[in-house]
Amino acid sequence: MSHIWSMIAKRLALGLLTLFIVSLLIFGATELLPGDFAEEFLGQAATPETVAAIRRELGLDLPMHTRYIEWLTGVLQGDFGNSLSNRRPVIELISTRLGNTLFLALYAAAIAVPLSLMLGILAALFRNSFFDRFSNASALTSISFPEFFVAYILIFWLAGRGGMFPSMASFRGDPSMAEMLYRTFLPALTLTLVVTAHMMRMTRAAIINLLASPYIEMARLKGMKPMRVIVKHALPNALAPIINVIALNLAYLITGVVVVEVVFVFPGLGQLMVDSVAARDMPVVQAVALIFAAAYVLLNLTADVLATLSNPRLVHRR
Amino acid sequence: MGFLTGLFWFVAVIAACMAAGWLFRTIAIAVTPKGVKKELRTAPLTASFGMMVIIIYIIVAVFAPLIAPFPERMVVGPEYMPWDETHLLGTDNLGRDMLSRLIFGARNTVGIAFATTALAFLIGSILGLLAATVGGWLDQALSRMVDVLMAIPALIFSLLLLTIFGTSVITLIIVIAVIDSTRVFRLARSVALNIVVMDYIEAAKLRGEGLWRLITREILPNAMAPLVAEFGLRFCFVFLAISALSFLGLGLQPPMADWGSMVKENATLIAFGDITPLLPAVAIALLTVSVNFVVDWQLHRASGLKE
Repeated sequence: MSHIWSMIAKRLALGLLTLFIVSLLIFGATELLPGDFAEEFLGQAATPETVAAIRRELGLDLPMHTRYIEWLTGVLQGDFGNSLSNRRPVIELISTRLGNTLFLALYAAAIAVPLSLMLGILAALFRNSFFDRFSNASALTSISFPEFFVAYILIFWLAGRGGMFPSMASFRGDPSMAEMLYRTFLPALTLTLVVTAHMMRMTRAAIINLLASPYIEMARLKGMKPMRVIVKHALPNALAPIINVIALNLAYLITGVVVVEVVFVFPGLGQLMVDSVAARDMPVVQAVALIFAAAYVLLNLTADVLATLSNPRLVHRR
Repeated sequence: MGFLTGLFWFVAVIAACMAAGWLFRTIAIAVTPKGVKKELRTAPLTASFGMMVIIIYIIVAVFAPLIAPFPERMVVGPEYMPWDETHLLGTDNLGRDMLSRLIFGARNTVGIAFATTALAFLIGSILGLLAATVGGWLDQALSRMVDVLMAIPALIFSLLLLTIFGTSVITLIIVIAVIDSTRVFRLARSVALNIVVMDYIEAAKLRGEGLWRLITREILPNAMAPLVAEFGLRFCFVFLAISALSFLGLGLQPPMADWGSMVKENATLIAFGDITPLLPAVAIALLTVSVNFVVDWQLHRASGLKE
């Protein structure tokens, strides 16, 4: 059992290293600019005084490594500096929005993961039937659709004239849990539709891959029902690839959430990031990018560890 | 009742698309030279429909000024006019002709997506092939760099870079191309790794062929099939990424006609039950689906030949 812990510890260390390099990249990207960010940010309005003020604000007058260390220690203590456009601490802007975005992503995941697993198992069970072909074709189609297209189709259908759901997801007036679920149903459904197709296809492929194995043949010859063969015998062995695909798609949710939040005017991190990019508000963009990147790295790491744990050969190695 | 009519239209549209694909294939087989003819016969209906759509898009993009009834940026009437004879699809939020902007959008959006994909391929495949051929520290350095770049989600990374460099068409193309070239690098390198161990590469090296010749004459021709298929898929991703950025207001800047921003600009109409703003999104989706169909066929053919 001990080697599995050392393996997980190694993965964690590698993940931390990646995170460190990513933070270096996100912070150091400003250095790529030929001139200096303060002048570029102010553009026409650049006077020597304002440029000097911005440079002091961002600490551009200090050497890069000092600035990075200061920034990183700040970030580790939850201090992301101040926003350039409204002078408020970045952490204030982020904290409630992070909760909202997480709520939306978890909501979508809670629908998408069970749904795609179920559809994938059914497609494997009825492979080559009409249901299977139809789900394959719709998966290919849905991968080709831009997220905002899916979102607007849903608005058109379900929120238009006399629609059932609100087309804007606001959290105004401290709503109850049920009310929140109702108001954010359309964004969550959009995200679900975007990721379900891929997850379902991979689940189906992972299970079908195993169906040719001798032990499945054996189970079948014993007279087991097809559903039981798949759920009891094939699924446990297909878990590793399925977990990987789920993590990959949850990571994809992170980027999908940006566009969907803008469509539904949802007060989340993605919306904040888009606004800040337009205003070139560097501290906010850096902070949000770091959070998204960290979530992405952590998801991949979790998938890695879970996939290892789901393999009995690795867990009980002698 | 509403569901049944919806279903009827759905089936009717699919049937019409298949019929168009069949017609296109028949005509294409009749007019093309012999070698192409044989390959076209193997195309399924989905792929021939895809090819037809791609050709139509190319024609529209090239001849946009001739086809469009109004100039790209001219205000021709009041805002949000409904569909009528002069303005077939009505007007947009500033009173510009929707159909004309849709047609010019083909030129801008598709053209820029194509240029970006081409650039991404140029960077990614040259570095990938180089890394696989030279190996050693160069391979290590490039691969680790790509690993780090890929640890940040693509959209987030491009947003970060656009904050730093500002939003213009040139920066957009370069930023997306660099980010996507990491994915091309991965593929080109892994394909080339299988080729460099072949005997004929050894023979070419012994003959004294230089690095450039080795890559372009020996490795590239054998790595072409997967790279071409990847080009199609990559184009879809780049196209969707640029559309998403334009939709967010950070891609192609107004008054340039662009499908992503056209959806955003006219989105208010959707809540009133008008589908006009969705047409640019349909145009995006139709092209990506078509490219995917053709790539699917090509991949199937490439794998089928080996059997």
